[in-house]
Amino acid sequence: MSSIICGIAALVAINSFNHNLVKDVNEQSKSLLGADVVISGNRPVVESLQGMMDSLVGEKSSEVELFSMSFIPKSEETQFVRLKALEGGFPYYGKLSTVPDEAGTQFKTSKTALVEESMMLQYELSVGDSIKLGQATFLIGGTLKNVFGSLGAGASFAPTIYIAKKYLDETELVQPGSMVDYGYYYKVAEDFDTDTWKKKRNERFRNESFRITTMTDQRENLNEAFANLNSFLNLVALVALLLGCIGVASSVMIYVREKMPSIAVFRCLGMKGNHAFLIYFIQIVVLGCIGVVIGAALGSAIQVYLPVVLKDFLPYEVVMDISWRAISQGLGIGLIVSILFALIPLLSIRNVSPLRTLRASFEDGVNKRDFLKWAAYGGIVISIFGFLYSLTGNIKDSTVFTIGLLAAFGILYGVASFVMWAVKKFLPRHWSFIFRQGLSNLYRPNNQTKTLLTSIGLGTVVLATLFIIQGLLLKNVASMDAGNQPNMILYGIEKEQSAQLAEITESHSLPVIAQVPIVTMRLEGWKGRSKADWLTDTARTASRWAINREARVSYRDTLTESEKLVEGSFIGNVEKGDSVFISLAQMYKEALDVELGDELIWNVQGARIKTYVGSIREIEFNSMSTRFFVLFPNGVLEKAPQFEVLVTKSPDVHATASYRSEVVKTFPNISVIDLGSILAALNDILNKVSYIIKFMAGFSILTGFLVLLSSLILSKFQRVKESVLLRTLGASRKQIFTINVVEYALLGSLSSLTGIALALIASFLLAKYMFEIDYSILWSPIILMFVIVTSLTIFIGMLNSREVLNKSPLEVLRKEVG
Amino acid sequence: MQEILEVSNLSKVYKSGSKDLTVLSEINFSLKKGEKISIVGPSGSGKTTLLGLCAGLDKATTGQVFLAGADLKNLSEDEKAAVRNKSVGFIFQNFQLIPTLTALENVMIPLELQGESNITERAESLLSRVGLGDRMGHYPSQLSGGEQQRVSIARAFSNAPEILFADEPTGNLDDDTGGKVENLLFELNEQEGTTLVIVTHDSELAAKTDRIIRLRGGKIIEDSRL
Repeated sequence: MSSIICGIAALVAINSFNHNLVKDVNEQSKSLLGADVVISGNRPVVESLQGMMDSLVGEKSSEVELFSMSFIPKSEETQFVRLKALEGGFPYYGKLSTVPDEAGTQFKTSKTALVEESMMLQYELSVGDSIKLGQATFLIGGTLKNVFGSLGAGASFAPTIYIAKKYLDETELVQPGSMVDYGYYYKVAEDFDTDTWKKKRNERFRNESFRITTMTDQRENLNEAFANLNSFLNLVALVALLLGCIGVASSVMIYVREKMPSIAVFRCLGMKGNHAFLIYFIQIVVLGCIGVVIGAALGSAIQVYLPVVLKDFLPYEVVMDISWRAISQGLGIGLIVSILFALIPLLSIRNVSPLRTLRASFEDGVNKRDFLKWAAYGGIVISIFGFLYSLTGNIKDSTVFTIGLLAAFGILYGVASFVMWAVKKFLPRHWSFIFRQGLSNLYRPNNQTKTLLTSIGLGTVVLATLFIIQGLLLKNVASMDAGNQPNMILYGIEKEQSAQLAEITESHSLPVIAQVPIVTMRLEGWKGRSKADWLTDTARTASRWAINREARVSYRDTLTESEKLVEGSFIGNVEKGDSVFISLAQMYKEALDVELGDELIWNVQGARIKTYVGSIREIEFNSMSTRFFVLFPNGVLEKAPQFEVLVTKSPDVHATASYRSEVVKTFPNISVIDLGSILAALNDILNKVSYIIKFMAGFSILTGFLVLLSSLILSKFQRVKESVLLRTLGASRKQIFTINVVEYALLGSLSSLTGIALALIASFLLAKYMFEIDYSILWSPIILMFVIVTSLTIFIGMLNSREVLNKSPLEVLRKEVG
Repeated sequence: MQEILEVSNLSKVYKSGSKDLTVLSEINFSLKKGEKISIVGPSGSGKTTLLGLCAGLDKATTGQVFLAGADLKNLSEDEKAAVRNKSVGFIFQNFQLIPTLTALENVMIPLELQGESNITERAESLLSRVGLGDRMGHYPSQLSGGEQQRVSIARAFSNAPEILFADEPTGNLDDDTGGKVENLLFELNEQEGTTLVIVTHDSELAAKTDRIIRLRGGKIIEDSRL
């Protein structure tokens, strides 16, 4: 019953939580967007769109967002931050939550900054301290408790700082080539139909690389995100429930087996098979109902804890109420599935022969074509499908999930059966009795070895895969630091700062591995047609991102070690008046769907340059260096407005800190990214993601241990009997203890090894096809999982075996005590 | 002849709620090596309790038991187990075979517990002597009651015990099978020169031993040599 309680509790907790999460998504989406319409892009709005934007009548705010280094004078430290410069009354819905409260409005009129709480805590900052952003120093006006969505992509690991837009120029952080995002926020009249407004103009904005977001989009995004989260959580809960039900089925099987003599007596006295079945069926249904009700109550209690686990993924605070719908769903599916699972062993009661009363070893007639048994199997599949359909509302998804779940269980059960068969078949006969006896306990009557291998194995698969992938991702990033590979990149360097920066670098005994010029440009046309013409062509094969992106281009006369020429020939220098042959990265070439010799026209900050595809390069992404989709030869871009990137390698964190500090003090506009910070940020993100998966996989392992406990309790009689017999025949306490430890160690290690073997396959496939990273076996998480699962199994097993160890040998004669 | 078992002033009192229940009282007897005795008496007379105390499976309330030269009173549970493993064999009414082990493996248990190696040959020979040479790889559930008791006999002799305790060895068998098992038990006992203690209701079986100790109400009422 404990395993079904666990499964139902997981299901009800997750369902209740989900209902609470989505119940006021409409209300919340408004305060999350902060405005009715948001227009965003990576350049200031172009004139051709301004007229259309003016048709949005109402209040208007604008924001400039960029990433930059900040300098903290108090501690002389530097931090990479996301700077948001705001102008206007945004947010119109919800509010910037700050401490003190008034700082949220005061910063718009004074030269103060709002600094995100995490950064305030990290550098022990307080209101009134100062912070330098570029060339300007701001007083910290307040602590920022919430952040409105990012305009650009990713990099959410940099803490956010808000300032008023009117002070942005003083920072001198916006330079040609800086990566800046621009946002325009509108609050319109209540009866204004923003969706229709967007529909009419969306294509034009998209063609100019601007994005329009309305409340409807925000709501859809939220709903989609929650639906994904909810599907994932429900799937895990369903797995926990199914594991619980397998536990129920095997417990009922043992129970029925123990009751066989009594059933045979009933049959002998004239009871019909169906009536005998009903006696135990009613008993199991009553027990199932009690288990399901306790599970539902426990689940409702657990859901209070879920927002704490998931807080990093939730955009707003969720108010938890009791969800009767979730409880009734959990009760319904739990009762149906657990009864169906219990039915499989229960149905065999109908076939118990009265002959058992005479001969205990009499085998009952097994009807392989038992229709009712197959109907129960069918019922289980239909229930799982029905439950998934009620979650997704999609027949295809539900079918795929159902088949996937059955396949996952089938594989685990198959592997478990194979492992058991192999161990039994190939166990060396010359091993000592203690080991053989411990092992043969795995086949003892009423063993639940396969159930345990499946449930504990499943939890191990999920956890081990998670640990391996997390380790591989970190290892791949960390390996970038190997040998002479660079581990620090400085960008946003103006041409006149270049020489002095190189001097500073060398004065810190750091090598200048590369100083790379970068020129920003946009594609204006290719293959003889203009960009606008291509964009209206519905049959085009080029991707929108490849057409619209602002290209950051470099020029040089050689290829680097991480580049490999795959097509054409690389031309490194061009004389004035010659045709310009450029080199494209393979990925960009495919996205743009161009071939060698195709013409590309670029707009380099006003000047048009005609080029031809001269070569295609493949770029390795295994080192921290600069990579360019488009590479020009020397002799074309030297006079264009440009900035530089400097690549270096720092031997340790102290050298990085002192170098970074001097660079930011001398040139506040230069940003420094080092591999250590990237690793720390990546680790942080991975930890957040894996925490929730670990939490859910825990349910599976917990169910496994509950099955183990119930198996031990159910087989206690048999265990006591055997151990007492061995004591009678002269076994010492130590020998009995060792037999038990060997049994649980084998059970734990077989479960974890089965899980680990499958996790190795799963992580290999994930690494190769999803993350596309090098695969290598990471022993530390594997060994850790093995040790933890095995030790826990031994611990739980031994905890329950004290009685077996302490029984007096006289028990063997008890039945005959005269 | 040397004495293998010596029982003096042995009593066993069980607590039954607030009352004391005396199961055995002032039992005295001794056995010489190679002797064959039977303990008989009606149900509840204390036969099995006496057997348990003699074999060191239970603790006496008062009195002493010397088994194979060891004073059981002064031994720990593990030390008593070691004495049983080295010097004692058991046969039970309900066979007490381990269901997950084959007939051969069951016979090997006492020697395995001693940590002996090269024991398969002895176990195989014993199984052949009890007529199960062709059933060695069978599990208990695949054997009849008589066959299971024969495996149990082979197991009892596997560690070449000095003394063998048999608790109603034919109690669960039909007359015919019971008779065969009895013959086998005495035959092997003769060949191995083991001391034999049989607890039984069966007066015919008791008559085959050298001496009968009759119990009633926890006391010896008769100790006669045949």
